[in-house]
Amino acid sequence: MLSAKDLVVGYRRGRPVLDGVDVELHPGATLGLAGPSACGKSTLAAVLALLLEPWSGSVTLDGQPVRGFRHRAPATQRTAIGVVFQQPRLAVEPRWTLDAVVRAPLVASRRRDDGIVAELTEAVGLTRELLARRPHEVSDGQLQRACLARALVLRPRYLICDEMTSMVDASTTALLVRLVRSVAAEGTGVLAVSHDDALLEAWADDVVRWR
Amino acid sequence: MVEREVVDGSVREWRSAARTRAGTPRGGAGARARLRLGVGAGLLGVLVLAAIVVPWLWPASEQLFDYTQVRRPPSGEHVFGTDQAGRDLFVRTLAGLRVSLLVAVICAVGTITLGTVVGAVAGFLGGWPDRLLMRLLDTVNAVPHLLLGIVIVALYRGSLTAVIVSIVVTHWTTVARIVRAEVLSLRRRPFVDAAISGGATRGHILRRHILPAVAGQAALSAVLVLPHAVWHETALSFLGLGLPPHLASIGNILSDARSELLLGGWWNVAFPSVLLVLTTLATAGIAATLRDRLVPRRRSELAL
Repeated sequence: MLSAKDLVVGYRRGRPVLDGVDVELHPGATLGLAGPSACGKSTLAAVLALLLEPWSGSVTLDGQPVRGFRHRAPATQRTAIGVVFQQPRLAVEPRWTLDAVVRAPLVASRRRDDGIVAELTEAVGLTRELLARRPHEVSDGQLQRACLARALVLRPRYLICDEMTSMVDASTTALLVRLVRSVAAEGTGVLAVSHDDALLEAWADDVVRWR
Repeated sequence: MVEREVVDGSVREWRSAARTRAGTPRGGAGARARLRLGVGAGLLGVLVLAAIVVPWLWPASEQLFDYTQVRRPPSGEHVFGTDQAGRDLFVRTLAGLRVSLLVAVICAVGTITLGTVVGAVAGFLGGWPDRLLMRLLDTVNAVPHLLLGIVIVALYRGSLTAVIVSIVVTHWTTVARIVRAEVLSLRRRPFVDAAISGGATRGHILRRHILPAVAGQAALSAVLVLPHAVWHETALSFLGLGLPPHLASIGNILSDARSELLLGGWWNVAFPSVLLVLTTLATAGIAATLRDRLVPRRRSELAL
């Protein structure tokens, strides 16, 4: 279980964005989080992805307390949680091919490719020709497919999707959500953040709505 | 299928628009930039070639004292004339240019190495290492560059290494500032977050994401440092603190030429000065064009 208790976090002193939030992500379950802009959805996603240090409160990953955030979190904890960002174009290294983008976590954590790259790129519908291209040569939708493949390449136990589908068209949305649902069915705990209530209604097991 | 074509089409359109804006500018400004790059590179090429080939063809003339040929104005035999010791100024000036350019290139390499390392470490680590390094940088910058150079060179008189060290010590700060600023803006980008999430260490992120991204800026500042280094070396040698008197350098030659000017020996000053100015202008022209190519937003700001 990936959980957070009593989270207080913000960007400007004295103005917390989240104040006393508790959340639990269970393996195999998908939690939807909906709400208007600037209500703190992405902030919560960033904390659970261990990319933003809260002012106070605790985060626990499978019974182990998280003691540091960003690069101060142990690599084993970071790689247990996959992240898909809202804007794929900002989330990939602009000089790399999509293939290099998808493989990057394997390279960074010195793991071998046991066929997972081929499996995932096929699942997200990226052909060999597309994988050889660089980010500026593909569309946002194609890029977001590569980002989802990258987030899953280390077989994370939890997946944080922060507005994963806001920049992509309807057919890509369907494809990405179908894949996330299938990894959830295999036991991955998913946090799906979106402002699209109807999408979350169809996607998640539980939907939390923030004002 | 149709949808993909539409998507691909729009992407292609976007790319060609982007290329027109940033890559190869068209119209008057673009033609001028290309001309400036062409002239600059051509001129620098000729000067570098001359500085290598000429002293190599007549190695003795640079040092040869010929008291039958003292203070001759330019002629067919001595194109640039001769100095007070009868040395051929054509060969001596180009030998001097060779030394100046060599010093400049070594300085440029030293400057970007030191500047990039300090800037990247400060920007990437942040916190107290950043504050410490930036205060050190302020301290170096607070002292006038030439003054600091004079102090270093005066401690080790007549040493080539001292001249190089004095230039590197005073010029790395610019590169460090530029690299630090670039790193600060890069390290909070989502793709760095993605790398952290993928288990990358800080060293890995620095090597694979940050350093390649600042390499262009760093290379550009190296070219910008070149003319500075030439002038700095010349100024130190001119003041009699730089290279030893027997080693020809533009600064040494100009220093000797001061007294000759009063005796009517204009050629002692004219030719070395013109070569110095040409070298500086050629490098500055190349640097300016490269800057416009690598940092296109500067041009758009100007256009506005």
